[in-house]
Amino acid sequence: MKIAVLVKQVPGGDSPLRISDDQLWVIEDNVNFITNESDAYAVEEALQLREKSGEGEVVAVSFGPERTQRTIREALSKGADRGIHIEDSYPYSSDPLKIATALSEALKEEQFDLILSGLQSDDYGFGQVGVLLGETLGMTTATLVMSTELSDGSLKVKRELESGWFQWVSLSLPASISIQSGINTPRYPSLKGIMGAKKKEIKSVAPDSATAAAQAISRVYIPQKTKKTEMIEGTADQQVKRLAEVLKKEIRVV
Amino acid sequence: MSILIVIEESNGAVHRMSREAVVAGQALGRDFDLPVSAVLLGHDTSDLCQSLDSTQLHEILQADHPLLGSYSSDGFSRALAQVIESESPRYVIAGHTYMVRDFFPRVSAKLNIPFLADNIAYRVEGGALTLTKQILAAKLVADVAPAGDGPCIISFQSAAFQEEDVAEGSEATARQVSISLEDGSIRTTSEEPFQEAASAVDLSSAEVIVSVGRGIGKEENLPLAQELAAAMGAELAASRPVVDSGWLEGYHQIGSSGQTVAPKLYFALGISGAIQHVVGMKGSKNIVLINKDPDAPLFELADYGVVGDLLEIVPKLKKALQA
Ligand SMILES: Cc1cc2nc3c(=O)[nH]c(=O)nc-3n(C[C@H](O)[C@H](O)[C@H](O)COP(=O)(O)OP(=O)(O)OC[C@H]3O[C@@H](n4cnc5c(N)ncnc54)[C@H](O)[C@@H]3O)c2cc1C
Repeated sequence: MKIAVLVKQVPGGDSPLRISDDQLWVIEDNVNFITNESDAYAVEEALQLREKSGEGEVVAVSFGPERTQRTIREALSKGADRGIHIEDSYPYSSDPLKIATALSEALKEEQFDLILSGLQSDDYGFGQVGVLLGETLGMTTATLVMSTELSDGSLKVKRELESGWFQWVSLSLPASISIQSGINTPRYPSLKGIMGAKKKEIKSVAPDSATAAAQAISRVYIPQKTKKTEMIEGTADQQVKRLAEVLKKEIRVV
Repeated sequence: MSILIVIEESNGAVHRMSREAVVAGQALGRDFDLPVSAVLLGHDTSDLCQSLDSTQLHEILQADHPLLGSYSSDGFSRALAQVIESESPRYVIAGHTYMVRDFFPRVSAKLNIPFLADNIAYRVEGGALTLTKQILAAKLVADVAPAGDGPCIISFQSAAFQEEDVAEGSEATARQVSISLEDGSIRTTSEEPFQEAASAVDLSSAEVIVSVGRGIGKEENLPLAQELAAAMGAELAASRPVVDSGWLEGYHQIGSSGQTVAPKLYFALGISGAIQHVVGMKGSKNIVLINKDPDAPLFELADYGVVGDLLEIVPKLKKALQA
């Protein structure tokens, strides 16, 4: 079983988000970049699938600027076997079709049986690359996957539907599935894993820059506030006093 | 050229977000002076077709095929691609539902046309369309535009448009569009949808809900929220990461994958306000939020906001309420 897992590096939730001068992205200086949340679940699922089948290879693949290599390295330190980095000089590529085309160019020779991805990235959140790539490579696809079962060359996944419903779907291989958060408990890299990852190969590939973008972000800005929220100010004790008053006398729930 | 709205079925009726998409499509139709039609993908969709009877539409296209009787990404993506090729719409519009997430990107790849996903608004300037979407956990927004002027696919986030704003009109003409799907073109099989173990608490009837988000930090801190809930006679709920981490059972989850609630008070602790959470609680009569980040998007929805550390405030508040 040859498995690829797509990982993306995104700004962590606590990062300060100041808009860059070109108004197309954020100033990266103080941004704490992390592996996209659902991608971390995808990495874990890929590793578990390999461990259960007792053979095979997990390849961590990322499209992005130089710094992205850290995210690939993290997957390697958890147990992925090697990495592929599709270099993008632009720090904020925002066209899923173009990214998927670059990925398919870089991956088609590899003949993966299975591609895993997170269901959407926490930066732009288009939520498409895994599915686009599956279609481009002629694979079956499924999204919002909350459980996987692999047996005799066929794959069964539990898909999350809306409002607390689920559905099992069987897919023929090769398949590209995108993973919903919560599917498993992602492991932490061990010290040995971190040391070992330094020796693992990350292949760098330059994308074919000839592909034109199908869509592009033209401006990034701060959303307008419209609602009048009563912000309860003061020290913690003053805030608590007012909050208790609101709950008792205004909303009247206690 | 036309505007084409993809209608999704949900429990035998038109999905709420498809009804919102109709409103979006109608507005685009007025702005671009284009006829607005709807397409139903499926098999025997006449009931669904009828339920659009009083909606102002040019045509209702029935893309009917026995292999579309139940949803599959293979079948629906091929069928929609065929409809787009034969009808050449300018814009294909839909709600950003889980099903749309599942198969629209494949249509985009098949036809090599952009899919502009999960937008909250659009505007037209000099005949050009710009869409707006939330990025970076809704802390910022971005304008996004298709590159060329060929057809493109657009989905809108829940509640971007209000279904009450739908333009009503006389009967639209229904028309069959032929779809060709060979045997074997559907490479997946789906079982019946099901729900996990029935919920121990029906949160939808709760008067007061204390809801915990990732801001609680770790499982060991959960009793803080549980004790506050007990002191208030409230039910306990949670955002997804709390459930994903296994700190609370799935039935506590509020949002698009969980329960929808509308209590008298929704007291959110350390929740940021992602749309998938917000759709499950925005109908609450009063919303109170404690969050250490003054820019957390949920403050925009809250009636009362406290910027602060919930680990400090919650225990003090419990005491104050018990005093
Ligand atoms: C298809 C799909 C379906 C989804 N379904 C759901 C769903 O049903 N329900 C759901 O909830 N989510 C769902 N999500 C996930 C959703 O997008 C968000 O990731 C999630 O709601 C975030 O939860 P949160 O606000 O608790 O965490 P975060 O976004 O991480 O926010 C944590 C907040 O806590 C604050 N905080 C941290 N520490 C403290 C402290 N000490 N005191 C006070 N505040 C603090 C931070 O400032 C931050 O605002 C879904 C996502 C997708 C893509």
